[in-house]
Amino acid sequence: MLNHRFLCRNEDLKEMLESNKESLKLEAMKRIVGLIAKGKNASELFPAVVKNVASKNIELKKLVYVYLVRYAEEQQDLALLSISTFQRALKDPNQLIRASALRVLSSIRVPIIVPIMMLAIKEAATDLSPYVRKTAAHAIQKLYSLDPDQKEHLIEVIEKLLKDKSTLVAGSVVMAFEEVCPDRIDLIHKNYRKLCNLLVDVEEWGQVVIIHMLTRYARTQFVSPWREDAMFDENNEKAFYDSEEERKVEQTKPYIMDPDHRLLLRNTKPLLQSRNTAVVMAVSQLYWHLAPKHELSIITKSLVRLLRSHREVQYVVLQNIATMSIQRKGMFEPFMKSFYVRSTDATHIKTLKLEILTNLANEANISTILREFQTYVKSQDKAFAAATIQAIGRCATNISEVTDTCLNGLVLLLSNRDETVVAESVVVIKKLLQTQPSQHSDIIKHMAKLFDNITVPMARASILWLMGEYCEHVPKIAPDVLRKMAKTFTNEEDIVKLQIVNLAAKLYLTNSKQTKLLTQYILNLGKYDQNYDIRDRTRFIRQLIVPNEKSGALSKYARRILMAPKPAPVLQSAFKDRDRFQLGTLSHTLNSQASGYLELSDWPAVAPDQSVRNVEVVEPAGAPALRKSKTAKSNEKFYSDSEEEEEEEEEGSSSEESVSESESEENSDDSNKSSSSQSEKSSSESDSEKKKKTLKNKKLQQQKPDILIITYLPPQIMQKTLLLIIMTKYILIHIVLSISTQFFVNCMCSLLHLCVFLACQFDVVSWHVHVSLQASSPVFVPETSHELLHRMTGKGLSAQYRFTRQPCIYGNSMVSLQLTLSNSSDQALENIHISEKSSTGQNIHRFNAIERLEPQASVTVSMGVDFNDSTQAANFQLCTKEDEFSVSIQPAVGELLLPITMSEADFTKEQEHRAG
Amino acid sequence: MIHSLFLINNAGDLFLEKHWKSVISRSVCDYFFEAREKAVEPDNVPPVIRTPHHYLINIYREKIFFVSVIQTEVPPLFVIEFLHRVAETFQDYFGECSESTIKDNVVIVYELLEEMLDNGFPLATESNILKELIRPPTILRSMVNTITGSSNVGETLPTGQLSTIPWRRAGVKYTNNEAYFDVVEEIDAILDKSGTTVFAEIQGVIDACVKLSGMPDLTLSFMNPRLLDDVSFHPCVRYKRWESERVISFVPPDGNFQLMSYHISAQNLVAIPVYVKQNISFFETGSSGRLDITVGPKQTMGKTVEGLVVTVHMPKVVLSANLNATQGTYNYDPVTKILVWDIGKLNPQKLPNLKGSLSLQSGAPKPEENPSLNIDLKIQQLAISGLKVNRLDMYGEKYKPFKGVKYVTKAGKFQVRT
Repeated sequence: MLNHRFLCRNEDLKEMLESNKESLKLEAMKRIVGLIAKGKNASELFPAVVKNVASKNIELKKLVYVYLVRYAEEQQDLALLSISTFQRALKDPNQLIRASALRVLSSIRVPIIVPIMMLAIKEAATDLSPYVRKTAAHAIQKLYSLDPDQKEHLIEVIEKLLKDKSTLVAGSVVMAFEEVCPDRIDLIHKNYRKLCNLLVDVEEWGQVVIIHMLTRYARTQFVSPWREDAMFDENNEKAFYDSEEERKVEQTKPYIMDPDHRLLLRNTKPLLQSRNTAVVMAVSQLYWHLAPKHELSIITKSLVRLLRSHREVQYVVLQNIATMSIQRKGMFEPFMKSFYVRSTDATHIKTLKLEILTNLANEANISTILREFQTYVKSQDKAFAAATIQAIGRCATNISEVTDTCLNGLVLLLSNRDETVVAESVVVIKKLLQTQPSQHSDIIKHMAKLFDNITVPMARASILWLMGEYCEHVPKIAPDVLRKMAKTFTNEEDIVKLQIVNLAAKLYLTNSKQTKLLTQYILNLGKYDQNYDIRDRTRFIRQLIVPNEKSGALSKYARRILMAPKPAPVLQSAFKDRDRFQLGTLSHTLNSQASGYLELSDWPAVAPDQSVRNVEVVEPAGAPALRKSKTAKSNEKFYSDSEEEEEEEEEGSSSEESVSESESEENSDDSNKSSSSQSEKSSSESDSEKKKKTLKNKKLQQQKPDILIITYLPPQIMQKTLLLIIMTKYILIHIVLSISTQFFVNCMCSLLHLCVFLACQFDVVSWHVHVSLQASSPVFVPETSHELLHRMTGKGLSAQYRFTRQPCIYGNSMVSLQLTLSNSSDQALENIHISEKSSTGQNIHRFNAIERLEPQASVTVSMGVDFNDSTQAANFQLCTKEDEFSVSIQPAVGELLLPITMSEADFTKEQEHRAG
Repeated sequence: MIHSLFLINNAGDLFLEKHWKSVISRSVCDYFFEAREKAVEPDNVPPVIRTPHHYLINIYREKIFFVSVIQTEVPPLFVIEFLHRVAETFQDYFGECSESTIKDNVVIVYELLEEMLDNGFPLATESNILKELIRPPTILRSMVNTITGSSNVGETLPTGQLSTIPWRRAGVKYTNNEAYFDVVEEIDAILDKSGTTVFAEIQGVIDACVKLSGMPDLTLSFMNPRLLDDVSFHPCVRYKRWESERVISFVPPDGNFQLMSYHISAQNLVAIPVYVKQNISFFETGSSGRLDITVGPKQTMGKTVEGLVVTVHMPKVVLSANLNATQGTYNYDPVTKILVWDIGKLNPQKLPNLKGSLSLQSGAPKPEENPSLNIDLKIQQLAISGLKVNRLDMYGEKYKPFKGVKYVTKAGKFQVRT
């Protein structure tokens, strides 16, 4: 009957679906989705539903998709009818439709369409819309689970998508990577730095996945920062970045962190402030597994903050803290009070907090902790009270100063009303006495007195065991207890019976005069017990202790066997070896390996080749036209220097992020200018939606860094600062300017003008410069020169360059450079000149060819380079008679600027013009 | 990652299921029911349960268990955080997250779940994006929908999803541009029998309601940012600027959101606004007990304490309470054993007192421990830590917004041991 009615209802649903009215169809679909949600079977409507797959109504279509994905697996043939619709939609001009078509197509688990899916994924992976590419990344996993044979092809797609610069794609593709080919670490190398730099702007779920993957990656690529003598502080790091000359010397030092390793740590740190608890936990575990030990403390606060969150979050976080606190007490000790238990906490939270408090206990804080424990012992939650008693036991064994206090406290608990508390105390006291085989006969006597009132079998057994073990300390009481036990033997629990037999045997050996008969009585009772364990034990004990003809050599050793000193039980944390699992993982929470768990490898003894992570930086494909970003080419020779350049450049050029750091230092050279140093400390993290500007200074000179400014929105302020500084001081500004949307173009224009105009050395009239600008002489010219060509690579010819910071005589747009060439070989070099073909298209004013350079001689020449107001490196060939050497000059933006002097009135006027 | 989701109510009825990969039979929930039974209290159910082939990660919220099925290794917090996000989205959409609202809006719930995860990996969780995709139900709209047959599914691509600021949709327009900030601080404290503070700390959040047109860029600064010890931000906040200048700079999401949460550094002494004098005793004979509680103001910075509520979780043996309150009302629930005394406003001249006798189950031993008291209170116009917002500046838009800041202090986990 019921079945019949159900069928009827489905009939009318079918009718509604086949009607012409959209609203009826929609109503029917809504009811069907309701059925699916309840877990009812609606598969027989498949043909009727599938017809609507091409509906114009978006809601109807979406509901049909929901249905299709749910039942396609069961109705494979019919599902194929819908495929052509999706194939068509994949070509739709609207990216949302393309994406959703791919989503549904890849969710239909029908093996026949694997080739179609593969094709669609490959196509979508090159789609212009990052949203579609993200969908493609998701589809990879779906296809892989449907047909693992496609692995090789899918890896190719993953490789392609990993190169994607969009933050939308990053998380999803790494997820696909983790699922399909987590062992192909080689795919990550080239993308490592990009992922690190994008990380802050990836959506939160992607962040978690990427951080976990990078943790594994870093463990295989970098050497351990945990070595004994690895004192690695911030100063050290700076020295490393700044000193290209000393690099080789430094390498001989015990440990230097790979800059890429540092990059990862630095870029993940801000994420500790995320609102997403999973992200915070992911960063914490990254620091735990990768950071030098002394940097670990920064994660503490964040983890403690998570304890304010939901119960379930607390549970996972506390587990991780428990594991951490075993190894490093110091980390959490200052936050001990955050782990105090509240009566409203759930039981598993309470026990975890207790565990952590016990781990944190030391000589200094034990009295506070014990006082806290006293409150817990009285808790109404008896399981928790029992756990507290065990915790007290652990504290007592770990900290010898308080053993006696704890023992006394536990003895007091023996008179507690609650049975579980008493029982637990007995068990713990037993363990404590065992670890302290000194004279505790008082406590044993006390327990013997209590014995009659204790009913919990485990506790009774413990007391009996103690009696037997230390029967020599209580020679009078033990036999009496045995006498009582003989009376009640048959009513005891098995575990107690075993201990009675044990006690009897031990007493028989030490005090046979008083107990011989009792023992025999008990052994007889045991012989006919229902439990075979007890019968076995009785038989064994009888043979062992009562000598007769049959008993062999063993009985001679009975005393030594039974009364042998026993090793004390070790009371240790249940979280002792949880750290074999990566923190924050499911496996860690369960304390057993979950399927799909990826082992964290040990640090390699020798770091693998770090140059694998070098990338030729190219302009991102989808870069907005207005953006002015600079790219740096890495150069083998200036490895460490260009390395850092590139890193910074990437931060700027990846359109998602701009990081700026600022510092300002008073230039000691100009004492006559008061308050000449302006600094605007600010930093920004902005997105391509907004205008973005970062003025970034780099310390070009180690000894005398100039001013360094950073300015961020709004433009008015920015301009003021900039011009003020220009007025007063020689500056080095590193400008990375990127604008992405039309939205702010108006406000940006003024700024853009200003910057370009500065960079153009004030000689471009098209900006309506009404004020005549006069270039001032530089206040300070750095003496340091940069290496252009090393004598080893130059076969004896070495070249150094420095920026003179003077207006260039060769052309207004050129920057003047001083080049020092020296010959360190033992032969004279002839015809040194710059090759005619300049590789990067910069206009270079060459120096006159040097006819001959004697051995050990050096010559200084000047040249001009037009950098086109970019920090693009100028690459050219330095030639001698025999050889050609490719060299490159990498200017910092500051070197491209010209200092000017300007009165305040002029400045204001100028500012009005730039108002945009 | 997340295979399936089952929603189960307190009575153990499975009322909604959703699968993102192949269908997993609902019998997998039997393992959950087993654990649920063992735990007695719903709070004590372990969040992670292992079954032979799957792992069940569950959260308990608003009397509903969200049970997700996992097949392979995944960070458990990832799933837990996501489930909470789902519950919050329901709350956001339907006003409350309860069994009946979910059942009533099952189609929207299904559409939401479909958008939030793709193949088990979170796709769109920002409420702004979701609201563009699927419009939340309102009475008016559902009426219009029934008449015109129009849908509540968005026709356009959510612009936020494509931008790098996914939390804000483009083209926001208001006639009244306003930005309100609520500084809400909570005192977490444990006081012992004698009234001394065992542990106290202040946690705060800044909730914002921003209704500004266009793409405003806001900067919020404090008079005393040094007070803040540990902070966590909404993704819109520029962390770098906080690091260097201690100002909060952000492009806000549209509507309500939590801007930041913070923790006041431990060096600052925490002012405890009320004191509690209590005397709860159970007699050895006669199966009865006495209760006497008085609450008075301590450090209230001259403000009135409102919304004062004292909650006592009584021992199991307490059958009933016969009390007399000088102010407010009390209620004892003999099933849950919870005594709630709702005081209301605290009058310093006439201190509220609750006094009377408790009757216990006869024959049962007297309770070992006295129950602890949980205090709830509210102080308007005061941030107990002394935190003050200095100013709010807006850049990027021309109009003048209306700005407002409100301070509230509440009791968080405020417990008095007896």
